[in-house]
Order: sequence, then structure tokens, then C-alpha cells
Amino acid sequence: MGRFWSLLFLTVPIVGVGIFVWAMADLPGMKGHWLPENINPQGEIIDSLFMFILYLTGAIFVATSLVLFWFLWKYDASRCAEPVKYMHGSHTLEVVWSILPAATLLFIAIYQMNAWADAKMRRPTLPDGSLRPPLAEVTGRQFEWRIRYAGKDGILGNEDDVSIANDLHVPANEEVVLKIKSQDVLHSFFLPNLRLKQDVVPGMKQHVWFKANRTGVFDIVCAELCGWGHYKMRGRLTVESRDDFNRWLDLQSREQNRAEFTPTTGEAE
Amino acid sequence: MSTTTLDTHDTSAHGHTGGMSVGTFIKTYVFSLDHKIIGLQFLFSTLLWFLVGGLLALGIRWQLAWPWTDMPVIGRMLFSAEGGQISPEFYTTLFTMHATVMIFFVIIPILAGAFGNFLIPLMIGADDMAFPTLNMLSYWFMWPAFIFIGMSFFWPPYGAGAGWTSYPPLSVVTQAAPGSDWAQTMWLLGVTMVGISSMLGSVNYLTTIIQMRAPGMTMFRLPLTIWAMFITAILQAFALPVLTAAGFMQLMDRVLGTGFFLPEGLIANNSDPASGGGQPILWQHLFWFYSHPAVYIMILPAMGMVSDIIACFARKPIFGYKPMVYSISGIAGLGFIVWGHHMFVSGMNPMLGMTFMVSTMMIALPSAVKVFNWLGTIWGGKVQFTTPMLFALSFVSMFIIGGLSGIFMAATPVDIFIHDTYFIVAHFHYVLFAGTAMAVFGAIYFWYPKMFGRMMDENLGKIHFFLTFLFLNGTFFTMHILGAVGFPRRLADPYDYETFRHLLPMNQFMSICAICMVGTQILFAFNFIYSMFYGAPVGRNPWGANSLEWTAPSPPGHGNFDFQPIVYRGPYEYGSPEVDTDFYPQTQPPPTDPKRIHKPEQH
Ligand code: HEM
Ligand SMILES: [Cu+2]
Ligand SMILES: [Cu+2]
Repeated sequence: MGRFWSLLFLTVPIVGVGIFVWAMADLPGMKGHWLPENINPQGEIIDSLFMFILYLTGAIFVATSLVLFWFLWKYDASRCAEPVKYMHGSHTLEVVWSILPAATLLFIAIYQMNAWADAKMRRPTLPDGSLRPPLAEVTGRQFEWRIRYAGKDGILGNEDDVSIANDLHVPANEEVVLKIKSQDVLHSFFLPNLRLKQDVVPGMKQHVWFKANRTGVFDIVCAELCGWGHYKMRGRLTVESRDDFNRWLDLQSREQNRAEFTPTTGEAE
Repeated sequence: MSTTTLDTHDTSAHGHTGGMSVGTFIKTYVFSLDHKIIGLQFLFSTLLWFLVGGLLALGIRWQLAWPWTDMPVIGRMLFSAEGGQISPEFYTTLFTMHATVMIFFVIIPILAGAFGNFLIPLMIGADDMAFPTLNMLSYWFMWPAFIFIGMSFFWPPYGAGAGWTSYPPLSVVTQAAPGSDWAQTMWLLGVTMVGISSMLGSVNYLTTIIQMRAPGMTMFRLPLTIWAMFITAILQAFALPVLTAAGFMQLMDRVLGTGFFLPEGLIANNSDPASGGGQPILWQHLFWFYSHPAVYIMILPAMGMVSDIIACFARKPIFGYKPMVYSISGIAGLGFIVWGHHMFVSGMNPMLGMTFMVSTMMIALPSAVKVFNWLGTIWGGKVQFTTPMLFALSFVSMFIIGGLSGIFMAATPVDIFIHDTYFIVAHFHYVLFAGTAMAVFGAIYFWYPKMFGRMMDENLGKIHFFLTFLFLNGTFFTMHILGAVGFPRRLADPYDYETFRHLLPMNQFMSICAICMVGTQILFAFNFIYSMFYGAPVGRNPWGANSLEWTAPSPPGHGNFDFQPIVYRGPYEYGSPEVDTDFYPQTQPPPTDPKRIHKPEQH
């Protein structure tokens, strides 16, 4: 039976790698079972870091799993005639297999830092060096995304703001900054196609930024449990050309019946 | 330490002949002070909760594979109000209670409570724990926890629904989760009681291991199981107070309106504005300050037991005993400075994310060292593929996957995308189910003869292993792929999203595997119960192992040893040239012929 069990452990790396390769190659049965379309240059960096770690850990996974298989195959008690190697370890080996992984891990950590800073710390600036102002404000509340654009005056937070639920439009190929917050419980503003995620926390104001380089309609997902209706807290992100965007915003602000609009509680600055 | 303990065998003999009075029965088996009985009480209770947690998981899997359809058979039993269909509120309850039960009522108490209790005195050569009464209390404090958690199922929406992480404001503002008033409060009380139980246990384990070792049992002659239990007890002793305090703060926020975790003026679903002064993220820091060390509480003892099983069935000394001890300690130490990796996108200062990334990466190092040493142990041995060994080997194989997926999430930019997706779910099921739970199965098969004096059926055990191994990978490996698509966790119906709609068939496959996996456990339950009465009776040392528990009778009577164990060496002297057998018990005196004495190599 030793052969059988060793082979069972050999199937782990084979099937494991097989499933990943199958998914990455988009083969039948697993079509679209890989990183979803990415439309954000920042997201490309994240994807390439993901792939980098995947190849690295994949190699370690295959190597250690093969070693495990080989030792089980070779040292199966019912077949192996060699006497047991009576030994308690090897100082040299311990040092080698501590230092190598330590250096690798440290390298991976440092290698990520720039991308992290770009994603969360270096907010885009205007040509004059000041921080780029937010295009819109997104507020999570049970169970919808409230979106507000500055009206004609270009200032966010006063009466002529345009207020919409769940329908975020942004211009393509431009740096977009959004101000995000929550009105009640935690939510998480997750744009899978832009590799962007940020929890929104009541009492905090945060900013996210991205540049969408393809037009189309994409999902806005709530990724932090926010109550029974969490699953239906779905928004849509429409990326369109600057002209379309302006036209759309114009239409929204004209359509908005001011008499009916009352700013919701908690949104006042 | 008593040396004449054979008399207690009479007591157990009376039990079988039915001549025991009710009072004696209660003293022996119910409010027992004997660490072995307490260990078994923990074992039986946690195995029952394991069943509960497994059924809750099937509820989750049902909803993900066949959303909004009636769940056959158990559906009507569990939620008759909805006609067998899972409501979205109940879905939040399902995953909250599944995780809570599995973490706080199965894994932590089965490792520390069941195996810690049963093994520590036996493996160090003591007659019992240092504080038997405290030990008994640590079990009986589980009962209020059982009752509180059980009660939380009685109020709509029939269980707490704020996740096992219980993040405020959702968990604090009752209006935010309508109906959750009592369910969530009971949840908090239940988890706090588990904490008290673990605390009582860990004080006892620390004292016992430090004070009660048999003559000759130095710290570096302890089996790795005991080292792991020792370090785990330290982790618990230092991390638990934080959770307990945080739990009380949340309780006060809920019932007294203190507002530790609520910002000023917060209104959720028409609640009264919060008086404020608090911060929701504060809870996350406190919670993970406990719960990250807790994930190691949930795996270190398993690692220890796996080391013992692997050395025994490779018939070879453990490779790198001291590096193993140091890496257990290293994991524990680093474990206190990595909690922020659960909060990379929580709104915490991104600068902090950088430091937590570095510390988290470094914690993968001791884990890697352990894997290499296990492989080194197998190298050059004589591997016997017994059921416990198969489970232990699968622990190694699966822990590699779980450890490596941790690196993806430790990388902050990558975690932006995969945080709160099924990638995380894959990660922790590989370390906790494919890792710890499989190790626990192995440990049960391994120490069962010591617990009950009979073997579990090996053939049935191997079938149980094979099917569990197959189905667990079918269930959990594919979760990595879902995670790569960004498939979010905790959604009752993710298929509303265009991005995830096409993932339904994959989820159905996973759910079928999950159902089969739970079904397979019937084999285990049968084997476990059947062998108690009809298993082949064994002597003291059925596996030919070295550590002290195998020199005691199976099962050991009250007081454990019928002689005074004296320890001459470490527990891993398999294949030693000093003796003709391929094992060399810790209590066996060295050979008298000086030519046979083996000089230890320098390394
Ligand atoms: C090899 C070292 C490990 C590394 C680098 C690592 C890293 C991480 C990271 C970064 C996260 C957070 C992911 C996120 O929420 O975005 C995480 C989550 C988690 N890890 Fe690990 N981990 C390791 C080992 C373990 C072990 C040994 C266990 C348990 C025995 C474990 C249990 C968990 C659990 C339960 C969660 C999810 C908690 C939740 O959000 O519900 N991890 N791990
Ligand atoms: Cu949500
Ligand atoms: Cu952690």
C-alpha cells in the first residue's frame, strides 16, 4: 500500500498545478475562472505581483511536494531494505533553510512596498502640486451606495450636488479620485476590475483613486459584511469618454428634482 | 507523585460490572478531577460540536450551490419558518455560527482541552495536573458557553449574524441587524465563557509542565507535543485577556450604550444617534490582537502532535528537535506583532500596513523551517503507512498549501484584491481543516488505544482518510480559483453580480464535495464508537513509541503510572544503535555494556 499512498501525495502537486494552469489558460469548464478583466494601470501592477508570488510559491509548492512524495516512495518500510539513518539533524541545513527563505520573504515584502504606496498613500496631484480633488463622494449605507457629484459650481457638499444611488459614472483615461465614507456600519468599496478595495468606516473620510482605461459597465461590490442585505448591495460603475460623462452628468443635474431632494441625515459636513 | 495507583483500577472495574453507586459514578465520570476523564469530556463535547459546525457548513454550501431553493430534509428541520429555504438573515447566521462553533467550540477546546488535558500529565510523567479542581472547572466553564451559544439560536434570526469577527457597528447597534438583540449578546457571553475556560486551562498547563515533570525529564527532553502545548498556553495567557476585555466593551456598548466602538452621532437603520467618542476600528485591533495569536493556538498543538506521529512512524529521530522548538517559539513571538495583516484595507494607516507586511512575511519563516524538518525526519526513515501517519503526512502536505497562500495575503497590494474573497477562505481552510482537523483525526487514531485500551479499525480508518482527503481538496482547493476571480465571502447570493455569475457550476461541484466530505465522517463516527466496545484490545505500547504515556497501562488508571517513571533521554530515539529494538522508551535504562553506548554526533 505504500506505493499507493505515496502516489496519492504525488497527485497533490500534479492536480494542484493542473487546476491553476487550466484556469489560467481559460480552457473549457473553467472559462473566466481567473483574474477578471483589469482596466486600471495600478491593477496591472497588482496582477503582476500576484503572478510573481504565484510562480514563486508555486515552485516551492511543487518542489516540497515532490520531495515529500519521493521520500515516501523511497523509504516505504515494506520495500526499503536500508537501515534507518539514525541522526538528529544538521546544523548546516538548518542555517541554509532558514536564511534562504528569510531573504526571499524579505525581498517579497520590500518588492511590494512601492505598489502599496501608490495604491494607498500617494494620492494623485494636480499640475500645480495640490492634491487632486474628488470627482464624487460615495457613501455606503445599508444596502446601497449613495453617490454625489458636485453640481454646476464644481463644489461638493452644497445644494446643487447631483445625487444618485448605485450608479457611478467616471470619465475614462483620467485620474479619478473618489471620496468614500459610510453612513451606518462598515462596508467595503470593492471594484474587482480595478483591483481596488477599501473598507468604509463611519466617522472616517477616505479617498481612493484610479485610472480606468477602458469604457464599459463594471460591478461595484460590497466586500465587508454589513447586515442581512449585504449580498444585494451592488452598484455599477460606468466608464465612458469625457464627453459622454459630461453629457450624462448634465442630464442628471437637470433631471434632479430639487424640490424632492433632501440631503439624507449624516451626510451634512 | 504516587507510585501505587493500581487500586484505582478496581474503581473502573466496578464501573463495568455495574456495581458503582450513583455518587461514585458522578465523581468518576461527571465531576471528575482526573485529567484523562476531563480530556475525554472535552473530546466528546467537541466532537458533538464538530457535527453541529459541519451541518451549519452544509447550510452555507447549499445556499451557494442552489441559492434560494429548499434544502432537502434538514432544511425543514432547521428553518421550518422559511419552508426549508435559507433567508438572507439566516445565511449570515449560518456562516457566523459555523465559524464560531468550529473555532471556539471545536478546534481550540479539542486541542488544548482534550489533547492538552489527556496528554500533558502522561507525557511528562506526572500523576495528574497541578490543579485538578481548576482543571475540572475549565471543563465546566464550557457548559455556560454551550448554553449561551445554544441560546443564541433561539432568537430570530436564530443565531448571531455579525460574522465570527463581530465587527462593530453591525454587532453593536442592534437596529443594524434587526432581531439580533439577544442572539448577539448571547454570542458575546458564550465566547467570553470559552475564554475563561481556556484561561483556567492554560494556567494549569503552564504550572504542570514547569513543576510536575518526572525525574530526568528536562525541558529539552519533552516531546514536541508538550512544547507546543506549553507555548500555546503562554499565547493564551497573554492574548486572551485582550479578547475578554474587548468582549466586555462590546457587551457594554450593546446593553449600556457606552460607545467604545461607535463614532459620535452614528445612526444605523433609524437607531438613536450614538453618544460617540469611539472608533469601530479599535475593535478590530483588539480582536485581532487576540485572534491572530489564536490562529496559532489552533495549529501549534497540531504541529506538535504531527511531529510525534511522524517520528514514530518514520521510525527515526525527529530532524532538528531544537530548531523545531525554536520555530514554535518564534511563531508565538512573531504572532503578537502581525495582527494588522487582517486590517490592511480596514482604514488603518497605510504606513502601518507596511510594517505588518514585513512581520507577516517573516512569520512564514518558522513555518517553512518546520516543514523542512518534517521532510528531513521522513528522509532515511522506514515509513509505516498507518492511519495516524497518513493523517499526519496529509497535514504536512496541506499545510504547505495553506502556508504559501498566506504569502499572497501578506503582500499588501495583492491583499487589496483578495481580501475578503474566497482566497482567504481557501487559506484558512487549508491551515485549519486540511491542517489542524486532519492532525486531530490522526491524533485520535494514534492515542485512541491509550484512551480506551482498544485499537480503532485500521482499514476503516484508511478509507476514512482517503475519502476525506479527496473531498476536502475538492471542496477547498477550488476556492483559490474563486478567490482569483475576486469572489467575495459572506454573500448570500453572489450571482447577482455579473462578474461572478458564471461561477455557479464550480460552486455546485464544491458543495457536492462538501456534502460527501461530511458524509464520510459517518465512517469515523462508526469506527470511533464501535472500537470502544469491539476494537482489538492492546497492550501498553501498540505502536512501539518512546514517550512516557506508552509505558502506562492502556487506559491508565487514576494516577497514571503504576511505577515511578525515570527519564533517561529524549522521546525520539528511534533506530538507536544502543538497543536491538527500533524504539527506545524514555524510561528504559541505558545499556550496561559501555561499548554499546552511542556518542551523540555534534551538530
Ligand atoms: C505561513 C504563515 C501565514 C501567513 C503569512 C498568513 C497570513 C494571513 C493573512 C495576511 C491573512 C489576512 C488575509 C485577509 O483578510 O486579507 C490571514 C488570514 C487568516 N489566517 Fe493566516 N497566515 C499564515 C498562517 C496561518 C495559520 C497557521 C493559520 C491557522 C491555523 C491561519 C489562519 C488564518 C485565518 C483563520 C484567517 C482569516 C481570518 C478571517 O478573516 O476570518 N493562518 N492569514
Ligand atoms: Cu455589505
Ligand atoms: Cu493572522
